[in-house]
Amino acid sequence: MKRLTLKSLGVLALFLVFLTGCTNKVAVLNPQGPVAKQQYDLIIWSFILMAIVVAGVLIIFIYVLVRYGRKNSKGYDPEDEGNAKLEALWTIIPIIIVILLAVPTVKTLYGLEGPPKPANATGKKVEPITIEVTSVDWKWLFRYPKQGIETVNYAVIPEDTPVKIKLKAIGAMNSFWVPELAGQQYTMPNMPMNMWIQADHPGDYLGRSANFSGKGFAHMSFHILAKKDANFDAWVKDVKANKPALTMEKYKKLLEPDIAGEMTFSSYPKVLDKKDAAMEQHMNNDDMEGGMNHDSGH
Amino acid sequence: MIADIKAFLSDFLVLGDPLIYGADISIVLSMVAIVFVLSYFKKWKWLWKEWLTTIDAKKIGIMYIIAALLMLFRGGIDALLMRSQITFPNEGFLDSQHYNEIFTTHGTIMILFMAMPFIVGMMNVAVPLQIGARDVAFPYLNALSFWLFFVGAMLFNLSFVIGGSPDAGWTSYTPLAGAKLDPGPGENYYLIGLQLAGIGTLATGVNFMATILKMRAPGMTLFKMPMFTWSSLITSLIIVFAFPVLTVALALLTIDRLFGAHFFTIASGGSPMMWANLFWIWGHPEVYIVILPAFGIFSEVISTFSHKKLFGYKAMVWSMVLISALSFVVWLHHFFTMGNTAAVNSVFSISTMAIAIPTGVKIFNWLFTLNKGRIEFSTAMLWALAFIPNFLIGGLTGVMLAIAPADYQYHNSYFLVAHFHSVLIGGTVFGMFAALHYWWPKMFGHVLNEKLGKISFWIFMVSFNICFLPMYFVGLMGMTRRMYTYPEGLGWMPLNVVITIGAFGMGIGFIVMVYNIYWSARYGKRDKTGDPWGGRTLEWATTSPAVEYNFAHIPKVETADAFLHMKEKGTTGQISKAPFKPIHMPNNSGKPFIQAWLMFFAGFGLVFEWYWLAIPAAAATMLVMAFRSFEYHDHHYIPVEEIERTESATGRLN
Amino acid sequence: MSSVASNQSNKPYEPLEYSTEDGRLRILGFWIFLGAEIVLFSCLFATYLVVHSHTAGGPTSKELYDVKEFMIETFLLLISSFTCGLGTHELRRHNAKGIIIWLIITLLLGLGFIYMEVNEFVKYATEEGATVGRSAFLSGFFVLVGTHGAHVSLGILWMTSIIIQLAKRGVTAVTARKVFIVGLYWHFLDVVWIFIFTAVYLTGMVL
Repeated sequence: MKRLTLKSLGVLALFLVFLTGCTNKVAVLNPQGPVAKQQYDLIIWSFILMAIVVAGVLIIFIYVLVRYGRKNSKGYDPEDEGNAKLEALWTIIPIIIVILLAVPTVKTLYGLEGPPKPANATGKKVEPITIEVTSVDWKWLFRYPKQGIETVNYAVIPEDTPVKIKLKAIGAMNSFWVPELAGQQYTMPNMPMNMWIQADHPGDYLGRSANFSGKGFAHMSFHILAKKDANFDAWVKDVKANKPALTMEKYKKLLEPDIAGEMTFSSYPKVLDKKDAAMEQHMNNDDMEGGMNHDSGH
Repeated sequence: MIADIKAFLSDFLVLGDPLIYGADISIVLSMVAIVFVLSYFKKWKWLWKEWLTTIDAKKIGIMYIIAALLMLFRGGIDALLMRSQITFPNEGFLDSQHYNEIFTTHGTIMILFMAMPFIVGMMNVAVPLQIGARDVAFPYLNALSFWLFFVGAMLFNLSFVIGGSPDAGWTSYTPLAGAKLDPGPGENYYLIGLQLAGIGTLATGVNFMATILKMRAPGMTLFKMPMFTWSSLITSLIIVFAFPVLTVALALLTIDRLFGAHFFTIASGGSPMMWANLFWIWGHPEVYIVILPAFGIFSEVISTFSHKKLFGYKAMVWSMVLISALSFVVWLHHFFTMGNTAAVNSVFSISTMAIAIPTGVKIFNWLFTLNKGRIEFSTAMLWALAFIPNFLIGGLTGVMLAIAPADYQYHNSYFLVAHFHSVLIGGTVFGMFAALHYWWPKMFGHVLNEKLGKISFWIFMVSFNICFLPMYFVGLMGMTRRMYTYPEGLGWMPLNVVITIGAFGMGIGFIVMVYNIYWSARYGKRDKTGDPWGGRTLEWATTSPAVEYNFAHIPKVETADAFLHMKEKGTTGQISKAPFKPIHMPNNSGKPFIQAWLMFFAGFGLVFEWYWLAIPAAAATMLVMAFRSFEYHDHHYIPVEEIERTESATGRLN
Repeated sequence: MSSVASNQSNKPYEPLEYSTEDGRLRILGFWIFLGAEIVLFSCLFATYLVVHSHTAGGPTSKELYDVKEFMIETFLLLISSFTCGLGTHELRRHNAKGIIIWLIITLLLGLGFIYMEVNEFVKYATEEGATVGRSAFLSGFFVLVGTHGAHVSLGILWMTSIIIQLAKRGVTAVTARKVFIVGLYWHFLDVVWIFIFTAVYLTGMVL
């Protein structure tokens, strides 16, 4: 039985190495924004509590195996059948642990509903920006309603700025996940949802769909590029000046089930803003092509 | 016309894929081999009389377990194919479609066609014996349950070579699994195959509830029942309340797909999320259906091989009751990430964490059963002991997943995959392996070889950890489940290589176990006593394997651990003491077998929307049921002389 | 399994269907099965209530339902439950003929109910274009009410077979148990209908 316990300890040690050291590649343990940071804190807190439980159980486990793992172990008592005090003890301890977990869980859940608190020292309020994210089979469309631009499979955000992500799906459900910036939310047809992300530093953060959506699912990754404020404005200006417009035709093409590379458009058909809900309804209808043709006449 | 037929056949027979040709050939070859062997040894009649028409729970249990082992093999091959594809970045061993089909069948088979029959098989083998009964309450229905499960499994497996496998995951989320995004027969196979097996399981739940509530030996009050029987009773209760939800969910999606309804479609007001709700209202209790009997087995095995009473019997029972109640109010934790309000997620986070409390109580009671014991490290006991730390890790990562905001980071990643494999393998599969070694002599009359058993245990258990512990980290690195490939440069490769090595190691462990079964059948130690382990409960009071009627006299029970008490009092002879009375037993019947296969054809017709097949087959099914209703002579008495003959052959008659 | 029909005269208060262990077991088993049926119908009710307003521009419940029709259906089924109960009453008196007569009346009322319901469905489909594929609401309606209807139809076939068995064999412990169980089933369907009547039809007329 010794091998068993040694192995378990080894696992613990391994986990600790991952927690302390080389976390660059371990995206979830490398939070780069306040949203992911809150989730990271909960993960670490729960891990500490769980580690205590593991240690406690393993100590008892090893003790009884070593002490009583013999043919004629001393203290053998076949009639030993229960102990109310012990039962109470190991009922109360898990209850305490659950309470210790539940309180921060609920707090964080409510905290995640609003925009993240500004992380910069000045504490000045930063105006959030909004990006509409739509999952399409099998690519990600990012629309900047205020800037009037649209990108595919990547998005640029200003650092230290809360970004409101409005999630939608056309076709199958997906899940929008950028582990270094924030835990995921699903994109669901006919059910718009919101989440917040924010990056503390400029950088390139890899995201991907976390919910299986069919043949091209594995290729549904995207990049979130965080830039300094000025660089973000420059990027918007550059896109506006140099990139092609997204025509209705191109848009329809994007909705066809296929994988795609990164794309940038200086504008998108204005009709999509106004008719968004109705459009989506059409696109999700069984007669998708038919519905689209009608609308493209505008 | 000819082109049409060609196109149809190409889809129907899934032409053009070497893997499937391989499967075609091996299926045909093994069928030829089976037919040949049965004919050569003139075993057709034996097969029909002894097995296909049997309504003896012990034999039905064995058939369940054989089917479960076959499905474990099939599901395991699926797993190894998947691992081979994602060991290295950008591999081309399987394409996306193929990989999607394989992970779908892997999940579905392992849960519904491996874990479930394994558990129901063990219930059939052990429960009637443990409560001192001669059979289950409804033996005919029991046979029908088995055959429905069996044809459901066959129908599901048939998809691989005829028509194409389902490819929307074992959770089959809509709208992806709807007719629009996933046309064709594959998904229909999933729906109909599960429906047939599910109806069989529901009947099993009813059957075992009635059996355990009504057929216990005189003196065996509820709180003197063996713990496995307790777990079976609670499991049956969960089955009765959970499986109708699956029936409804599958039926609604079937109606959506075949008749154009709009329950889960995006268009015309359907609600795709409703599928997730219905599926998990069944699905979460389902995971307790597959874990609670394993808990019962661990209680039996740990108590037996510590040679000591189970610690905290009542706490063990009440914690199971509490778990079963909680299992119905946590389903939403499977989709914390579907935009619920903070309040909803809070409630389900806490209810999910709360399951850790009764589970913790059980873990500590097992530990204190070991305490002050004389622990005997038999193979069955090793599986039970390994369960404690392995399940602990799986269970505690489950608590971590219950924290909704943290789940936003774990959800659908390999962290989740690692978690549910830790609990399902570390809990259910370890439990079934423990049970297999523990009850093997009771099923077949010989023990499994201990040395081979321990070799297979160590290989499997170590490989299991090599396979699944790294998965937690790959998940934290951002790798999601169901990716058929991944790009280079993410640092995922080294751990994936380790995982694959572990997966193949588990395969080797399984092969050693199968070899052990073969070796022990030929050379294994025969169990003449009926009580090879120094057993405590009534199944060890009868012969190994048990005689047809289980007990010549129904034993009288005074305490829990009834057989141990009988041994201490020296009253074990009461079971086989002359004079005897004729024993009332139900007759064998071919009707369950026939009815199930008719339902198979009805189901096959529905899969391809061939109503010319589905409707007559369904009508014929009704006809068989009507025949059954008119059948009055469905039982017989075993005469006293035959009982005397049987009993003296076992050497028990004084 | 072990005991044969125990002597009736010793226990005059024990109903015949409960006189054998087999009978007791099967009746308990059927109650458990009805528990599962309750879950099944609960899911269908829940589904219906979720999609009730999702009419997708198609007919709404208010436009569709016809008070007169569903009131007649309700009365047919309620009366059939009562006559089925009278059958059980005759069972207590071991009067095969009485049971058969009341069960046949029950059957006829059940057939009347099914006739009305099929007519209702056909009318919706042909006159209002309200088919199962028109909207989520109609999917929910047809599947919930249709599942109940399918149960009633199955009950009719089942009861017919039991009437035949009763005519052939008279009142025995076995036939008594069969009559009793089919009665349980029939009353259960009546209870489900009362929920359909309130949750589907009455509520659907208002909302």
